[in-house]
Amino acid sequence: MAQRMIRALLALCCLLLAGSVLAAIEVREFEEPVLKERYESLNSALRCPKCENQAIGDSDSPIAGDMRERVYQLLQDGRSDREIQDYMIDRFGDYVLYNPRLSGRTWLLWGLPAGLVVLGAVIIGLLVRARRRSANRSLSPEERERINALINRERTE
Amino acid sequence: MKRRLLLLIPLLLFLALGVFLYQGLALDPSARDSALLAREFPRFELSTLEDPERQVDESLLKGEVTLVNVWGEWCPTCKQEMPQLLALEERGVRLVGVDYKDTRAKGMEFLEEFGNPFEVNIFDPEGTLGFELGVYGAPETFLVDADGIIRYHHTGYIRPEDVEETIVPEVERWRNE
Repeated sequence: MAQRMIRALLALCCLLLAGSVLAAIEVREFEEPVLKERYESLNSALRCPKCENQAIGDSDSPIAGDMRERVYQLLQDGRSDREIQDYMIDRFGDYVLYNPRLSGRTWLLWGLPAGLVVLGAVIIGLLVRARRRSANRSLSPEERERINALINRERTE
Repeated sequence: MKRRLLLLIPLLLFLALGVFLYQGLALDPSARDSALLAREFPRFELSTLEDPERQVDESLLKGEVTLVNVWGEWCPTCKQEMPQLLALEERGVRLVGVDYKDTRAKGMEFLEEFGNPFEVNIFDPEGTLGFELGVYGAPETFLVDADGIIRYHHTGYIRPEDVEETIVPEVERWRNE
């Protein structure tokens, strides 16, 4: 029994290793270390259109390879990060950015959480104010008279 | 009493948001619009699959509503899709193929085996035109109007029912515009 479990665990480990072996990503030469850093950060900021939840730097899919190649070429051409992102958005849509930009199409995405927090604060504020008001409300003369009568009755009894 | 009902507002908002997000779970993440809709078909200059000597460019797609289908011999779904493309050709739709990341020999073999509904095939062995089109797999299909503007995009397999339900109506719509 134990042996079987160990075997299964070993098999599982092999499977886990297989993934990292497969993800062999080409080596690129950069003249400046800054370019290499930018290349790597772009590779993790751009999302592979084919694989839904992988950055192009992590994916083996052919399109991710093409995109890395293009990022490399554009960096060598001296384009800025912003320009490279625009270049990819032009072809693959907003989807390629893991961190979508604020635009006409994405304002809801960015605005909704903030909007909900503001709405919550407004509701709490209104509730607190309403409660304070009802607590501070002074008694009408009739109510005061009634209370005094009740207190006096208790004392005299 | 009225005030009490007001307390339900956050709950209702939360429920509405929950329904909205829950619907999102059922969406197909690959069914997103192409970034190229309503834009000009990208410029290119490539040879045709059939004749390496013949160079074509984006002007090939002007003058008539054209369905551009990106395919490759390596793509099994493309093989299943061919009967639908042949049916579209029979319906009088002009089709142009893009043989994507393929070799000439394999591409020609594919057309011989599965039929050739295309007026001409653009040979794109490096996937450069595919990249400009934002293609990340095959098959993908673009509808280009007579002015060379991309009007409709179909990601993946065209099912037999899509021919009459979506593709033909789209072609007719842009013919009449």
